[in-house]
Amino acid sequence: MDATSRGATVELTEVVKNYGTGAPALDTLSLHARPGEFVALLGPSGCGKTTALRTVAGLEAVTSGSISIDGRDVTDQPTNKRDLGMVFQSYSLFPHLDAQANVEFGLRMRRVPAGERRERALGALEMVGLGGFGSRFAHQLSGGQQQRVALARALVTRPRVLLLDEPLSALDAKVRVQLREEIRRIQTELGITTLFVTHDQEEALAVADRVAVMRAGRIEQIGTPEALYTQPQTPFVAEFIGLSNRLPGTVRGGFVEVYGVELPLLDPTVAPGPVTVALRPEDVEIVSEGALAGVVVSTSFLGSLRRSTVRLPDDTLLAVQHAVGLRTAPGERVALRFTGACVSVKHEENP
Amino acid sequence: MTAPARRRRPNLAVLGLTPFALYVLLFLAVPTVLAVTTGFFDKKGGFTLDNVSALFTPQVLSTFLSSFWVSGVTAVVGAVVGALVCYALLGTRPEGALRQSINSASSVLAQFGGVMLAFAFIATIGVQGIITVTLKNLGVDLYADGVWLYQVPGLLLPYLYFQVPLMVITFLPALEGLKPQWAEANATLGGSRLTFWVRVAGPILAPSFFGSLLLLFANAFSSYATAAALISQGSQIVPLQIRSALISETVLGRSNLAGALALGMIVVMVVVMFGYSLLQSKTARWQR
Amino acid sequence: MSSPRLGATPSRTARTIILSLVGLLFAVPILAMIEFTFRDGLSGSYTLTHWTNLANPAVNAKYAPLATALANSGVLVVVTVLLVLVVLLPTMILVELRFPRLRRVLEFICIVPITVPAIVLVVGLVPVYSVVVKVAGSSIWSLGFAYGITVLPYAYRAIQANLGTVDVVTLSEAARSLGAGWATVLLRVILPNLRRGILAAAFISIAVVLGEFTIASLLNRVNLQTALVLISKSDPYVAVIFSLLALAFAFVLLLLIGRLSTVGSRRRKA
Repeated sequence: MDATSRGATVELTEVVKNYGTGAPALDTLSLHARPGEFVALLGPSGCGKTTALRTVAGLEAVTSGSISIDGRDVTDQPTNKRDLGMVFQSYSLFPHLDAQANVEFGLRMRRVPAGERRERALGALEMVGLGGFGSRFAHQLSGGQQQRVALARALVTRPRVLLLDEPLSALDAKVRVQLREEIRRIQTELGITTLFVTHDQEEALAVADRVAVMRAGRIEQIGTPEALYTQPQTPFVAEFIGLSNRLPGTVRGGFVEVYGVELPLLDPTVAPGPVTVALRPEDVEIVSEGALAGVVVSTSFLGSLRRSTVRLPDDTLLAVQHAVGLRTAPGERVALRFTGACVSVKHEENP
Repeated sequence: MTAPARRRRPNLAVLGLTPFALYVLLFLAVPTVLAVTTGFFDKKGGFTLDNVSALFTPQVLSTFLSSFWVSGVTAVVGAVVGALVCYALLGTRPEGALRQSINSASSVLAQFGGVMLAFAFIATIGVQGIITVTLKNLGVDLYADGVWLYQVPGLLLPYLYFQVPLMVITFLPALEGLKPQWAEANATLGGSRLTFWVRVAGPILAPSFFGSLLLLFANAFSSYATAAALISQGSQIVPLQIRSALISETVLGRSNLAGALALGMIVVMVVVMFGYSLLQSKTARWQR
Repeated sequence: MSSPRLGATPSRTARTIILSLVGLLFAVPILAMIEFTFRDGLSGSYTLTHWTNLANPAVNAKYAPLATALANSGVLVVVTVLLVLVVLLPTMILVELRFPRLRRVLEFICIVPITVPAIVLVVGLVPVYSVVVKVAGSSIWSLGFAYGITVLPYAYRAIQANLGTVDVVTLSEAARSLGAGWATVLLRVILPNLRRGILAAAFISIAVVLGEFTIASLLNRVNLQTALVLISKSDPYVAVIFSLLALAFAFVLLLLIGRLSTVGSRRRKA
């Protein structure tokens, strides 16, 4: 399959979606995806990420606001005229058609001649690694294979926009990682603008050019995976992006003091006073000697690294990430050192 | 667990299956075998093909044709009307009161065939029925060509009264099984609503539709009580002919004809139900 | 602005037209039956006497056969439901727990009565019952054995629908691992979880037995339906009244089955 289809811009402008019950599903959401960009919509369930994707697809009408693709307003255009490719969370292959016919479906809609249709479908199946599976039916394919066919079906028409609605969430962990890398490879090859909905932060950070963290129908923060990881702008984002330790601290004079250690603040304008500090496990080190000590509660081997949980004297539990070679045992006393900056601070809320 | 204990356990458990096995043997297997084999014997117990060959006399063949006709017409009309009702029900909330009560009403009415159904239609379109009388006052005579309610055509309306509900309860699950993603995938791939019906929903539903149609056919074909209550004399359809053969055994001396007729019915039923199960297994695979 | 209609969902107009048209057509015979019970002979005027007669002892003597028939049907209901509970249910549980490979066989057996119509079965039941009468006498309850076969497909489906949602193997293994004996497993773990299916099976059996005509009529036994046919020849009004009552009763039973399933699912969610 050739990469003639260039991606289009996708723009959501102040989109509101109100179901008429409770809070709006989308609350004046604006999002701009550049041509060929891979944007992940990340958030907990009910944050509106799937609704946002479905308004782009035209599967949900918006209450107000507008959506444009390639600079053209498509807000009132029906789904079948929007020239999209979409892969769904649950398996959506047509059960009465084999894989080949499923992939050919969109080409048939576009009245592509039979010979070309066949050729392009074969090529698309080849591209997703399923050449030779064309005559299989959905019930003869594994979940991962079904999603591959669904991907081929979505891409074979060379749409300008690819929409992925948690396509990996029903799959095994191993297949999930494998397939997400393949999706990213194909997407880069084709240069197709892609919106990817997921609730898995690791997945979002791994594949996306930019990640939009959503909460309650709005985008809380949007940026590159690196920017989100190192500079989360709100505690919600910090918590959602990575396993963070939450420790008590005090802000004073441009620093925050945690267990007697002064750490630099990412945002020096934070007002002085008691705060909760978010600290990543990889920014804590086990050292031979130090002021801060604790007792190892548990330790787990994660392949390339090891993660231990340490109980501090005030009973706070602290996650520490360290080299595999450093073997800790439950009950062992260890000394700790903070190596990096704190990720974020949050003023203690008065209940 | 030691090996001997393991071996003993299933043997004891097998004993638990015997009451059911015995019961089914005595009251299902034996009667069924008797029913289909008595046709091969004469009154004295000797083997004969007379009864079975009687199946191919014009008189019996025409009863089978009448049965096919009534079953076929009510199955096709019942399936189409029932499918329309299912389609309309898709627009209601699945847990809503409307769909629930139509579901319950359908289960009752699908079972309603029989004496009470005959009464209902006598009260409706009998000679003194409310519709007959009302139409007569309007100058329309339902029975200008004779009273057909107590003839074979008279079975059509009463049969539809249980065929349509049966279609609703057997076909609705198939329609409910249409995944919304199929419609959405169709739309994102550029298909219209017409495309969805012609290329997606139609082919997916076809096996269940025709399966249900076969079930309706079998249901009408094997139905006896309604016809017996409406048509008190004669043997216009096969079940009624079995009645005649059973009751008038002393007169005709051909009680074993009933066995031959039963055999004929079973053959038809087995063929129809086999087709039904073939179609069912196809949809079962798809609905997974 | 509502979301676009993409799938099989009908438009509001189509839905309303279809449902009200079919609903109307199906209401007519029921309404006609009700109207019929208020008719005063062929006079064209209306009367309440057919209904009030039900409570009139003098007229009631005439209906004595109907009372016998009702009692007979009651006995048959009890015998049939007992057969379902004592013979079918334990077999289904046993097969699920110990003989999963027999599941298809059991299903096949239970579905057979759909393929063997009552009118065919009755041909073979005639000789069987000539033996049964010699052994058990000619009292009505023995007819329940035939009815147990008639209700087999319905009862099986009702219980199986429930059995399919409950993993009895895991449940019983869990209970066994917690120290429960087989009796406890059955009574305190499995049966409570199958309550809905069992009740549904019992109700549908009741409805089927009350409506059965074919077998009783051709074996010359008296039950509600054969008595209704008999009495309709002398007093069609009473026959129709009892038909209406039986229909209403069946509808309530089926509604109860529907409610049982929704109550159960709601409780599960909570």
